[in-house]
Amino acid sequence: MSKRIGMEVSIAAAEAVALCRIDVAAVYPITPSTHIAEHLSSIVSDGKLDAEFITVESEHSAMSGIMGASAAGARAFTATGSQGVMYMHEMLPVASAMRLPVVMAIGNRAVSGPLNILNDHGDIMMERDTGWISLFAQNGQEVIDMIIQAFRIAEHKDVMLPVNVNIDGFILTHMVEAMDMPDQDEIDRFLPPFVPYATLHPDRPVSMGTFAGNDIYTEISKSKDAALINAKKTILQIWKEWEKLFGRKYEPIESYRADDAEILLLTMGSMGETAEMAIDALRAKGMSVGLLKFKLWRPFPFDELKKAVKGAKILTVIDRAISYGGPGGPLGIEVRSALYDESSRPAIFNYIIGLGGRDVTPEDFMTILKSSASQAKKKAMKERYVIYGVRES
Amino acid sequence: MIEIRWHGRGGQGAVTSVELLAVAAIEEGKFAQGFPSFGPERRGAPVAAFNRVDTKRIKSRAGIYKPDVVAVLDESLIDLVNVVEGLKPQGILIVNTQKTAGQIAKATGFKGHIGVVDARGIAMHEMGVSIANTTMIGALIKATGVVTMDAMKSPIDHRFGRIADKNMNAMTRAYNEIKIS
Repeated sequence: MSKRIGMEVSIAAAEAVALCRIDVAAVYPITPSTHIAEHLSSIVSDGKLDAEFITVESEHSAMSGIMGASAAGARAFTATGSQGVMYMHEMLPVASAMRLPVVMAIGNRAVSGPLNILNDHGDIMMERDTGWISLFAQNGQEVIDMIIQAFRIAEHKDVMLPVNVNIDGFILTHMVEAMDMPDQDEIDRFLPPFVPYATLHPDRPVSMGTFAGNDIYTEISKSKDAALINAKKTILQIWKEWEKLFGRKYEPIESYRADDAEILLLTMGSMGETAEMAIDALRAKGMSVGLLKFKLWRPFPFDELKKAVKGAKILTVIDRAISYGGPGGPLGIEVRSALYDESSRPAIFNYIIGLGGRDVTPEDFMTILKSSASQAKKKAMKERYVIYGVRES
Repeated sequence: MIEIRWHGRGGQGAVTSVELLAVAAIEEGKFAQGFPSFGPERRGAPVAAFNRVDTKRIKSRAGIYKPDVVAVLDESLIDLVNVVEGLKPQGILIVNTQKTAGQIAKATGFKGHIGVVDARGIAMHEMGVSIANTTMIGALIKATGVVTMDAMKSPIDHRFGRIADKNMNAMTRAYNEIKIS
């Protein structure tokens, strides 16, 4: 039976990793994901989890370490964020090309410079194209659930890809809140032992991660792309199974009061429930608004997006990251691109908020939604994207 | 929903206070949040930490700007930061001090209810340390009824082990000794 708990989300994340009976963790601690590593290290050193906890000298080695462990048949995990995930960058596309089902928790944090340790999505957006499955949690419960789901998804024989679980730094990692923690028996039933496709072993030599010339690199890239696209089917199946077992529903795009809404707001990560408050407040004033929340960022949920925005007149996309000198925030850019070929589509607005830990309130979403509505009414979209809340003095 | 802001200095345990209070409320079957002011912390520098407690699920992840309750672990902060900023007029200010509520009202300009308790003195007497974070939880519970004193026992035991009883004693004394204007 699951147990209702009150604890810091990072501690709960580490407990969830332990429930997955990992064999190896390699972590270089970095704010704001540090508590995940600290607590996991305690669980291992207290003898509660039979795993190897490797204290590496850098995040590059953390990723390399868990990749090596995974290639040898171990269930392996790391946690990082910001500069840490950027320092791993070189290894991330290698992990997906080698089809190593490792799991990484990212305590999302703005990237330097200037140096800032607070939350935004700048770190994961820089790793967007590395071939990983990418999930976004909106609360502590989803952090626990997604970490456990991540191993099952990653290791599924139809997937065999690495997964990152995005956890908004401080906003979630440092929050003490109420969650349900599944028990070991439930997770043992949900998550069978890892059965690798092939393993490194001195008695049975195989080559992994070898050189690929121009005769095969294109084909390998295509197969990696196809693997990621195909992964969605399995993700949906596993989420259905999770719902049956635990009663908590997971969808690539979760919707809130969106069915008949003329104006839709789209968010990712921990902004979701704060945004619900704005939707409730505006609905109470008679405004036809609703909310969509991306939980699956890669593979990109094209079909679900098209279906979710059908009938809406306005779609306001909220980004917590910026693509400097580009056509908008990363989510805004992709949503526009995904809907471009549709014969009818909503007017799309793109706002960038909450950079480097700037607080995001329900009132901010209300202001943004009202502004989108009035611009659409005047048929005057001023800019491709707006960086919201810039102090002018 | 009740929203609480704690003021302390790095090392005085404001973050521990919000954690213990949130866990107690959750174990009572309520919903709660406990979180620090995000960012780097230095020992001795002013810090703030926050609680939300409600009987239903809490949605907001925004900061707390208009608290119902402010608890001040170190009265020297009153000269440094505006501890009553945004505090609701009908709210309550609770200060660890030997001064009277009237003197605190004058120092802060706050016209609502003020609770004063010599939490430092109690902590020194009961635990032999000047760290008054758990002691102040007792005062806050008396002033707000946000959780029961019984609910604190399990999180205090879990956190402090063999010195849990001393913390509970200090907390209980502050519960009994706080004077509320």
